[in-house]
This record gives sequence, C-alpha cells and structure tokens, in this order.
Amino acid sequence: MSSNRITVKNMTDKEYFLGHKACAGCGGSLAVRLALKVFGDRTFAALPAGCMSAVGFIYPQMAFLNNAIISTFPGTGSMLSGMRAGLDALGVKDAHVVGFAGDGGTADIGLQALSGAIDRREKIIYICYDNEAYMNTGVQKSGLTPYGARTTTSPAGNNLPGSVMQKKNLFEIVAAHDIAYAATASVGYPQDYLNKLSKAAAVEGTSYIHIYATCPTGWGTPTETSVSLAKEAVDSGLWYLAEYEDGAFTLNRKPKEFFPVKEHLLKQGRFKHLKDSDIKVIEEARDKKWKRMLEKWN
Amino acid sequence: MDKPELKDFTKPESIRDYPVGPSFYGGHLVSVNSGWRTFRPVVALDTCTGCFRCYLVCPDGVIAKTEAGKVAVDYDFCKGCGVCAHECPFSAIDMVKEDISE
Amino acid sequence: MIDTRKNESVFVSGDEAVALGVRLSRPQVISAYPITPQTIVVERLSEMVEDGSLDAKYIHVESEHSAMSAAMGASSVGARAFTATSSQGLLYMAEGLHYASGGRMPIVMMNANRSLALPWSIFGDHRDSMSMLDSGWIQVYVEDAQEALDMTIQAYRIAEDPSVLTPFMINLDGFILTHTYELVEVPRQKEVDSYLPPFSTPNKMSLETPKSMGFSTSPADNMEFKYQQHKAMMDSMEVIKKADKEFSEMFGRSYHGLVDCYQCDDAEYILVTAGSVTGTARVAVDTMRIKGIKAGVLKLRFMRPFPEQEIRNILSGAVSYGVLDKDISFGYEGTMFTNVNSALSGSKNFPRGMNFVGGLGGRDISVQDIEEMFIALQKCPDNAYGDYIKSRVSFVNMGVNINE
Ligand SMILES: Cc1ncc(C[n+]2csc(CCOP(=O)(O)OP(=O)(O)O)c2C)c(N)n1
Ligand code: SF4
Ligand code: SF4
Ligand code: SF4
Ligand SMILES: [Mg+2]
Repeated sequence: MSSNRITVKNMTDKEYFLGHKACAGCGGSLAVRLALKVFGDRTFAALPAGCMSAVGFIYPQMAFLNNAIISTFPGTGSMLSGMRAGLDALGVKDAHVVGFAGDGGTADIGLQALSGAIDRREKIIYICYDNEAYMNTGVQKSGLTPYGARTTTSPAGNNLPGSVMQKKNLFEIVAAHDIAYAATASVGYPQDYLNKLSKAAAVEGTSYIHIYATCPTGWGTPTETSVSLAKEAVDSGLWYLAEYEDGAFTLNRKPKEFFPVKEHLLKQGRFKHLKDSDIKVIEEARDKKWKRMLEKWN
Repeated sequence: MDKPELKDFTKPESIRDYPVGPSFYGGHLVSVNSGWRTFRPVVALDTCTGCFRCYLVCPDGVIAKTEAGKVAVDYDFCKGCGVCAHECPFSAIDMVKEDISE
Repeated sequence: MIDTRKNESVFVSGDEAVALGVRLSRPQVISAYPITPQTIVVERLSEMVEDGSLDAKYIHVESEHSAMSAAMGASSVGARAFTATSSQGLLYMAEGLHYASGGRMPIVMMNANRSLALPWSIFGDHRDSMSMLDSGWIQVYVEDAQEALDMTIQAYRIAEDPSVLTPFMINLDGFILTHTYELVEVPRQKEVDSYLPPFSTPNKMSLETPKSMGFSTSPADNMEFKYQQHKAMMDSMEVIKKADKEFSEMFGRSYHGLVDCYQCDDAEYILVTAGSVTGTARVAVDTMRIKGIKAGVLKLRFMRPFPEQEIRNILSGAVSYGVLDKDISFGYEGTMFTNVNSALSGSKNFPRGMNFVGGLGGRDISVQDIEEMFIALQKCPDNAYGDYIKSRVSFVNMGVNINE
C-alpha cells in the first residue's frame, strides 16, 4: 500500500454530506459521505432521483457542502459528461465530477447513459450505491435485487420466493466497456472502499465503484447492523470485493471459508421467509460465481 | 464552512426573495435531526481509545475527533442509529434511551 | 455600394444556416443525437469542431434523453449549450425539456419539425413541438433559412437574459426548411460577439459558491418556482422585442417581434400561420387581393410566450379568421387554433374562426389550398351558427373523399 493512502487517521475533518434526511443507519448515506471526504471541495456531484437525492436537497435544507445537482433518473451518466465538458470549457481544472446513483438508477433505467459515459472515456467517477431495490419509491424490485429478496413487487408467497432473478452482473458489464477503473466495495469494508475511492480519483478516464450499501428500512434490518451486515455479505460470499484495471480482474478478498449464508440472510426481514431449498439455490449461484472468479481473476 | 451548518432562515416574503429556479447555497441547513432519536450514543471517554472506528462508520457524519484524541457526537444531527456503538471495538459507546420528558 | 455591416452571402440549407448561427453564437458544449431531418445540423457542427472553426466540445451522446441531460449538465456549471433534435427524439427527451425549463437553464435547441409515429413518417408537421408546448420552452417557428440563422443568435440573447433564463426551441419545418437551399447572409463574428456577450449567470454550480441545484420542494414552495417560470416566460416578450430591434439595428433585418403581419391592416379575412407555409400564404393573399378580396396573413412566430395581445389586436378587426394548423389535438382541434381562440376570447369583437388542419406527415399545402381557405373564410360568417360549429375544423387537401 502506498503511504499516501487515505485512512481514518488522516482523512479530512470536513463533512460534505450532513443534515440529510436519510433513515437512521442508511448505508447509502455512508457511501456518499466517505466518497466526498476523499474527493473534497472541488467536487461536482450529480445524483439521480433516488434516496440520496431525495434526502439531500429539500429546499431550504441543503445537505451537500460541495456542488451537487439532482439529475433525471435515467440521465446521470450524460449529465456528468455535460458537467465535465462545461467545466473543461470554462477552464475549471482539477475538479472531480462524480455521480451517486442507486442500483435502479444504474443497472436499469440509467444503464444506457452510464454506458455512453464510459464509452466516451471522460474523467468522471460513477458510484453506484447498491441497496438492492428501488427504495425511494417504497422497495420495489430492481435488476440488482438478489434471488429470494422480498420486495413490494416481488412478494414472497406460496408460489414465489420473492425475487426469482439473480442480481444483474453489473460490475462485469461495466468492465466490458474496458473502463479505466472499476471496483466493487462494501460499506462493511470502509478502508477497502477508501482505497478504491482514491484510485478512482487519480485514474485518467472513467471510473466506476459499485458499493454494497445496507438499507435497514428496505431490508428489515436493525439500524445498528448496517456496517456489520455489509461486511457479513462479503464474508458469506454473497458480495465480493474486486477491481478491474488494465483489462484484468482482481479479487481483493478471498474468504477461506464463507460465513453461513442462512445465518446471514435470516437476520434480514426481506429473507425471513426463505426455505432451505431457496437458500440452496442462493448458495449454488454463489459457488458458481466464486468458482469462475477464482479461476479467471487474479 | 467545514460542514453543512444551521443557518437563520425565514421563508421568503416576496417572490423576489426566492432563488431563481431550484438553485441554493450548498450546506445550508435549517432543521436538526435530533428528534429522530430514541436512543442517544454516549461515549465513555475513559474507555474510548481514539481508534475512530465510530467516526469512520457514522452514516451521518456527526462524530467529530476531539483535541484530546477522543470523539464527540453532534446531537443536533445524530439520528441514534447505533452503528457507532455496535462497531466500537472497545464498547465505549452506550446507547441510552432518550428521556422524552426532557 | 457594399454594406459593410454585412458579411458574405452563402447558399445553404436551413439546417446549415442553423449550424452557421450556432457557430457564431459560440456555444461551449454541443450534445446531440442524429435524427432525420435534423442530421445535417449535427454533421456540420461536428465538422466545425473538427476543423477548429468552432471551439466547442461535441459530446457524442447515446440518445436524445442524454443529449438534453448533457446539455443540462453543461448549463448547470455555467457553460453555453446547444442541442438539436426532431420528432421522436423530441419526445424521447420530453422529461429533460421540463427539467431544463424548471432548472432555468438557457439551453438552445433546434427542432426540425417532423411528424410523429405511428404511422412512421420522416416528413414535416408541427405535432412534435406542439405536444411540448407546456414544457416551459420558448418556441419560435421560423419561415426561412435566414430567419433560422438569425434566430439562433437571438435565441441565446433572449434565453440567457437574466429576467428570462428559459430554454429556447427554434422550430424549422422538416425538409421544407431544413433541406431547402437558400441564399443566406452570414453576420460577422465580431458583430455577433458584441450582440451576444458570453454567457454569465450566478445561477450555476461553481467552486467559489457551491450550490445545490435541481432540488426538491415541498408543496409549501413548489408553486413559487412555477410562478417564477411563468413570469419569466411572460417577461420574455419584451426581451424578444428588444432583441429583435437591436438585431435589426446591427444587422439590418427585423422579424417584427412575436408576430409578423402581411396585409393585415385593412384585412377582412386573416389566416394565421406558423413556419414555412407563411410564404405560400403571402402569395395566396396577393392573388386574393387582385380579386378584390381583403385577405391578410398573421405569421405567428412565437407559440410560447404566446402573443395574446397582438393576436387580439389584429384579429378582432377581421370579419373572420382562419388558423392553419400542421397539428391536430385528436378529439378537439389544432393547438394553434385553441390558443388563438383563447386569446380572442378576451376581446369584445370575437370574429368567427375556422381551423384548417393541413400538412400532416408532409402533405403539400399549395397556394390554391390557401386560396380555398380564404374563400371558406368569406362564407363562414354567413353560415347558420350550427353549421358553422360543425365545420369549424376541416382537414385540407385530403387525398380521398371523407364526406361519407
Ligand atoms: C423516469 C422516472 N421513472 C421513475 C421514477 C420514480 N423513481 C424515483 S426514485 C426511484 C427508485 C430509485 O431506486 P434506486 O435507483 O435503486 O435508488 P434508491 O431509491 O434505492 O436509493 C424511482 C423508481 C422517476 N423519478 N423517473
Ligand atoms: S430507504 Fe434505505 S436507502 Fe433510502 S434513505 Fe432509508 S435506509 Fe437509506
Ligand atoms: S470506536 Fe469506540 S474507542 Fe474508537 S473512537 Fe469511537 S468510541 Fe472511541
Ligand atoms: S448513533 Fe448513528 S448517527 Fe448517531 S453518532 Fe452513532 S452512528 Fe452516528
Ligand atoms: Mg436502490
């Protein structure tokens, strides 16, 4: 590790996202907060419709210290491109142009604009805080809702186990653009996230960080476990910490053995209904993914 | 400003006093979040080692490092989520029930 | 003698005239997505960026929604932005249209008026822009390539005026204007620069004064922002007139503000038009005049802000008036007609009006078609009221018999 890495000891005391109206224990707000502490004053942020924009800018309560704008729900990537182009034209140098979008705003409705933005190779940083559903509209299923999760549009009942689809593989979709830098992260591993934020800030070209972000309200979890649960998700193999750089994937964390999936899932209201057979489906999908990652990635 | 701050704010009286379109000063706060809390985090300063884990993981950014190398909570904006207490490696934070009669 | 205020004349299409106007206006960011019949604009602009004659960033967006979104991003940091679209593309960016106007972002956009699917048609009518009338954009409909070029420059001047800060849509009839070659005078850059100073606004994100933009409001504040938007649009009428006046002083061409009249002073029968068909209507007026019929044309240049006062003043003196709409609001009538009627409803003398719906999907409108409109206008006041109501809206130049 390089010596100038940002840690809790040396990070700025400034707070850029404070006084917002996110639910207590919101993992998404922690993801935004830490990112802005790394990026600093010279940050121009765009946030599409979604929880973080909804809780951060309710006139006259403005919770961002830095420049920030709400983008259209589908248009984060392109608004970032426009901001970067505008700043370039006006001669504003050394500024970070950063998007903070939810899983729905990234993997579903915003995917086209994100793809376009990566394709243009502009210096923008895109952070997807993945709380695994459309939270702002009341917990509906998104393309990143995992198998078995109960949402208001993937109800669990006698016929269905909640969501019947696996999470869209967004990290690799993004990487397939041959983006300059992409990473996955978790609010449960904040130092790893800080490292990746620093890399994203320094890289030439477009960067993307996909951070797993607990949502106590939508997941039915105790507010105090927002960080520990996000760590456990990684430890159980249901999420992973990885990077894509120079055409190569690296797994940052390879648990020797997984934390028990069942124990992890049953702590969450959205998975309480799962039968052992459902958990088996989840474990099999996890094992398949890990087999491939361990084989193919560094 | 080092962080978003509470400002004196009165609702505009004239349309001329409204911002031109939805554009306003960053970090301009008018209301606190303390009313959200059921429990308040109380730091036992003699147990606190100043590891700053709580500072790192507070979703609301309301824990400050003090000159004494410990931490202090900004109760105006703490929502009482309990993440800090749950994450403190030294169990130096207690979640204490708010006295609503106060 | 050569008028030194003028630069060279070039033979260009309407699309190219817009591109020349854009270059003279020095936008800093251009984001656009191709669609017939707008494409020539973006092709020319790309070439200008490539050859260095236009110092702007051209963003290759992947959709019209993103074209508008990128333009808004640029505008939000204080850069001058341009985009162009047409038809399906305009609808695809509909969310962004309201967003940009609500955000008070003075983006300028060229719209090549084109029919809306289904059925598919690449040819012109006004149904695309008319359906966006409520999106909070200033809308001008130009008549020829020269007006297209001149209005592109004026558009920035008007949109960026601190009392306006409202996006601006320049409408050109698809193919009829976009692809027709005309001789166009190109103003000098130096003069355009003094007419149109660089964009500057306090209403932006900057390192000096960090801003929260595009925020949300509770019901306690939302209406105030909407009122502001409305007021800015209303106030833009004076700004439009002033921009026209100063433009004519500097460049020698005036478009007479919000409306442009031809032979309206003593006219008994006035046809209201928008866009390229106005030229055809003028010819029809001349032939009617030869026949001794007092015909006139009111060219509606701006649909928003709507020139209510002008319309009332001009039309209330007529015996009857017609509105030629290249648009139909299904189940009612043409949108221009509704708007004109609404303006007239405030006048003591409310003459009878007829709505001629024509030109849909590129259908031709000939001089003869317009002469027939004037003849219908002559008859319309004599009709029994009931008959008149029944025939108020008619589709002109239908290819088949529809009177079954
Ligand atoms: C075009 C459009 N469609 C739908 C919506 C409604 N909408 C607003 S936020 C939201 C959910 C956002 O979900 P996500 O991106 O995952 O962010 P989260 O709320 O979970 O933070 C939806 C569906 C919208 N604002 N715009
Ligand atoms: S619903 Fe979830 S993501 Fe949204 S603010 Fe609450 S905790 Fe955060
Ligand atoms: S986590 Fe505990 S020990 Fe560490 S700084 Fe906070 S209160 Fe002190
Ligand atoms: S209770 Fe939550 S909001 Fe309050 S200081 Fe602890 S972590 Fe921060
Ligand atoms: Mg979400």
